[in-house]
Amino acid sequence: MSNTNGGTKRLALISSRGTLDWAYPPFILASAAGAMGWEVAIFFTFYGLPLLKKDLDASVTPAGNPAMPMKMPFGPEGFQSINWNIPNVISNNVPGFDSIATNLMKQTFKKKGVASIEELRDMCIEMDDIRLIGCQMTMDVFGFTKDEFVDECEIGGAATFLEYAADSDVSLFV
Amino acid sequence: MKEEIGFDDYLDCRNLTCPMPVLKTRNAISKLSSGQVLKMAATDPGFIADIDYWSARTGNSLLKSELDGSAHIFFIQKN
Repeated sequence: MSNTNGGTKRLALISSRGTLDWAYPPFILASAAGAMGWEVAIFFTFYGLPLLKKDLDASVTPAGNPAMPMKMPFGPEGFQSINWNIPNVISNNVPGFDSIATNLMKQTFKKKGVASIEELRDMCIEMDDIRLIGCQMTMDVFGFTKDEFVDECEIGGAATFLEYAADSDVSLFV
Repeated sequence: MKEEIGFDDYLDCRNLTCPMPVLKTRNAISKLSSGQVLKMAATDPGFIADIDYWSARTGNSLLKSELDGSAHIFFIQKN
């Protein structure tokens, strides 16, 4: 395989994290590159693989994320700008705290005009020059089957990604 | 007096953030024929830089950009 398509740029991405926050970079970069006429492949591996599932359920956890701002997406402006300093003992131990944080982040993103992961993924699926590759080994390890994933994805291994990345102009690990 | 540019389609991307204005612009331009003009509005400050790069990369022409209140208005001609 060689990049013989003239001036067309190529982007090779590895998506290895499946939380809501880390799901954004690969889908944003891939869709933007596709919109610029680039060819793209995203290799979904380890915790990134569930991002190919038909039913996306990416969530976010403040545990281990000390830089994550905790802000409320509702109420007066002054209230919304408060960065709530939630002690670890609460964020790490209160049952359901992650789902609260996930909902707050989704609401905040929506309010700020940020597309959902589903929308961005759909954009990627619509573009012919974007390949979504699921990692076979991760499927075996975590017990996923191909029919759990979106129909438009393909399954491959390290060599599949490397062959693509070898002729890429930009390669990123997320 | 403002010089008026004719356009064939209008796209409202106000209050949308990166990368949606770029994606919607791409989709809107793809529906036009060569030479036709898209007028679009955006409020994302990052898009002002992005539309320059997008136009240069995709070969479409950014004919004009202007500020209208809080929104930037762009006229893009399909290659």
